[in-house]
Amino acid sequence: MTCLQSLGTVIAEISAANSPWWVFNPTLRNYAEILTSPTYLIFFRNSMVISLAVVVVTMLVSIPAAFALSRMKFWGSATLATGVFLTYLVPDTLLFIPLFKIFAYLGELTGIEFIDHWWMLIIIYPTLTVPFCTWIMIGYFASIPKELDEAALIDGAGYLQILTKIFIPVALPGIIAATIFAFTVSWAQFLYPLAFTTSTDQLVLPVGIVTTLIKGDVFNWGQIMTGALLGAAPPLIIYAFLMDYYIAGLTAGATKG
Amino acid sequence: MAEVSLRKVVKHYDETPAVRGIDLEIADKEFIVLVGPSGCGKSTTLRMIAGLEDITDGEIRIDGELVNDTPPKDRNIAMVFQNYALYPHMSVYENMSFALRLKKVSKTEIKTQVENAAQILEITELLQRKPKQLSGGQRQRVAMGRAIVRNPKVFLFDEPLSNLDAKLRVQMRTEIKRVHQKVRTTTVYVTHDQVEAMTLADRVVVMNGGIIEQVGTPTEVYHHPATKFVAGFIGSPAMNFMPCVLEESAGALRVRLSDGISLPVPAERVPRYRLYAGRGALILGLRPENISDQRGALMPGQEVFKTVLDVTEPMGMDTLVHFMVNGADVCGRVSANAGTVAGQAFQLVADMAHMHLIDDRTGQVI
Repeated sequence: MTCLQSLGTVIAEISAANSPWWVFNPTLRNYAEILTSPTYLIFFRNSMVISLAVVVVTMLVSIPAAFALSRMKFWGSATLATGVFLTYLVPDTLLFIPLFKIFAYLGELTGIEFIDHWWMLIIIYPTLTVPFCTWIMIGYFASIPKELDEAALIDGAGYLQILTKIFIPVALPGIIAATIFAFTVSWAQFLYPLAFTTSTDQLVLPVGIVTTLIKGDVFNWGQIMTGALLGAAPPLIIYAFLMDYYIAGLTAGATKG
Repeated sequence: MAEVSLRKVVKHYDETPAVRGIDLEIADKEFIVLVGPSGCGKSTTLRMIAGLEDITDGEIRIDGELVNDTPPKDRNIAMVFQNYALYPHMSVYENMSFALRLKKVSKTEIKTQVENAAQILEITELLQRKPKQLSGGQRQRVAMGRAIVRNPKVFLFDEPLSNLDAKLRVQMRTEIKRVHQKVRTTTVYVTHDQVEAMTLADRVVVMNGGIIEQVGTPTEVYHHPATKFVAGFIGSPAMNFMPCVLEESAGALRVRLSDGISLPVPAERVPRYRLYAGRGALILGLRPENISDQRGALMPGQEVFKTVLDVTEPMGMDTLVHFMVNGADVCGRVSANAGTVAGQAFQLVADMAHMHLIDDRTGQVI
């Protein structure tokens, strides 16, 4: 509701302690300002490019990893599978300072400036998304009957063909669930971009809204809410379209098929 | 078409032996059925032939070629699984053509082969459907079609009918036999169902505890079992086993089951059994159909005895009767109209011409 009110109205309503659910003078000015603001569009573009790239990187790593860990039994594979999940249990609040130091050191070592560049988040986010997505897909792949890959082996398929021609199509709900997860985590990530990016043109949406629309102690509530709502839209749209697949993915193997 | 040869094949899972050195020669075009209880090593043997399990020791040859280290795709075999293992995202046509597409066979050739196989199995109208739109029997036909299309050297079936209901199982059993008569490909078929084994096989391989107990035609393993295990496993209801003593008098032998029941040994068996007269640890094996009611005059080797029936089970065509001999439950098969009543005395006839004498210490049929 606040996104449909001007800043003056919001302040007046807060002072008068009126219900925020009633909008007496709705306006789309906040939307017009946000959508025509070059900085907001940069935040949006940064977030979108990073999230899509992270989804691609995550899938490229997680799918083969999950396939190998669930089907190709090798020495230490079970321990490795558990290890993958355990890495996800380490909170990012513990990791961002060491990671910052590592990238600062790498920057000095290689001469490539990692800090304060939006693209370096594409390298960092998979540390959050890959373990969980791999774990989800290990479970999903494990629910695919072993006879299916044995039949494919006998039919003459190699492991890569089994993965691409059998596993990926059969496990599509699980892969979509992992994709949604990876996109949402990347899109909503706040701590890492806050720590690693500072320049306005390098910010992503969640950090950008907070840092540019709060000026000192002035909260531009209308625009903050508009930015938040527009920022929440892409994951919502994806959820709405893919919810059935998402649920199927999360509940795979729970009951006998 | 090919022979399959297993020599001293051993399989261990860590320290646990699953197959303990089996020898088996399967002839070209032969239909061999591996049968035995759960855990006897029959599926492991099949999977070793397929290349899905490594072998611990021994050698496996297909068409004379050693395949111990050959991957499954290069063995030119096709396998039908218990749960069909159809690719769920592909249509029946795509399922059946998958192997040929991987081999980069031309589209027209694929089409011809798939249509031929579909015609043999009468599934032409199902080619565009997905597996989930098919019944259990249709899925099993598609799984067989996928195997036939490849024109492999050997067909491997791993309990393909176990997921079907009883009626469909009988239908598909006939179907498998019909297909084999048409395509004449060497077939190795695994089942725990001895009826399937008897009806399908050219030769039956009875396995137990990782070894082969007996290899023979269905008639051989039924009428001339080599061991107590085979005698008890093949046949339904199972063969009766009764502890007994062999008594000799005036050159003839009699099997004494209890004070009330003593049965004659047929004259032609006397020389074979004479050594065992007076020794303990003997078991008389007699199939239920060899314990019946009296129908006309007694034939040589038949002997009448009287017992009290415990339970009667009318089967329609005939009636199964159960009674106790020396603490062992014994089953007989009598005419449906024999007038059997549980709890009452009844006169039965034992046909000793079909008796089996088993050495209980070795488990071997004498």
